[in-house]
Amino acid sequence: MKQHLPADYLPILVQIAAAIGFIIFAMTVTHLLGPKIKGAQKNDPFECGIESQGDARTPISVRYFLIAILFVLFDVEIIFMYPWAVNFMKLGWFGFYEMIVFVALLMAGFYYIIKKGVLDWERLDS
Amino acid sequence: MVEAPDGHEGPGFFATSLDAVIGLARSNSLWPLPFATSCCGIEFMATMGAHYDISRFGSERPSFSPRQADLLMVMGTIAKKMAPVVKQVYLQMAEPRWVMAVGACASSGGIFDTYSVLQGIDRVIPVDVYVPGCPPRPEQILDGLIEVRRIARTESLRRRDSEEYKALLQSYQIDVY
Repeated sequence: MKQHLPADYLPILVQIAAAIGFIIFAMTVTHLLGPKIKGAQKNDPFECGIESQGDARTPISVRYFLIAILFVLFDVEIIFMYPWAVNFMKLGWFGFYEMIVFVALLMAGFYYIIKKGVLDWERLDS
Repeated sequence: MVEAPDGHEGPGFFATSLDAVIGLARSNSLWPLPFATSCCGIEFMATMGAHYDISRFGSERPSFSPRQADLLMVMGTIAKKMAPVVKQVYLQMAEPRWVMAVGACASSGGIFDTYSVLQGIDRVIPVDVYVPGCPPRPEQILDGLIEVRRIARTESLRRRDSEEYKALLQSYQIDVY
């Protein structure tokens, strides 16, 4: 395989600098040159023409967060399984046992979740 | 395809004035806010349909949020109870903004000369185009839209900073800073 020097990755930094530079340029120029007309009622949050009352904070059930965070965890586990699948034969028996231990640890967590009833949305209390 | 404005043309370039280009862009992409209340709203629904297509004039996306709309089309009877709502919606639109009063009720109260009906929305907000009719046919609504397009195409770019605009808003007790 061809050896890459760290200096070969300079174009990436240039690309990032160009992107950030354009964003900063566009935002400052439009904020400085753009017309600004403000008004007390103009800046109010839009609520179909009536006055808005209070803020929009409402308590949201925690089960949405739990579903999302469990997805992230098990998705990462699946990502770890891809290189295992590619190098399956090269890793041999030792690699197999290691992966079994890895999956078993995560399945223990999964068993805990099921027993806690996190995935059961029928019950009123989570 | 719209006509190009007057300008100097050459191989690979076209030079014209900024007013003309911005006017062209604005007039060909007026996004309406359909404030449809009554029968005129039904005529507007027909105007939006395929037969009298309003999107061929650029009004492809009717928006019910004033933040993203150019043209406030008030279609229908506005009761006095509804007047602050119309005014608030107009206030929350971003410049440049135009108002079209569709139908007799929005223009002058129509046949409802009574204690509960606002006798024309120009009692609360400045109006650019009035479309008479009870209700106006879709062709008349499109005629009003063509008139608004003409206004948008020929409007000065700095109109919102002009004294005339500020005096107009002042006359409706609209405070902006």
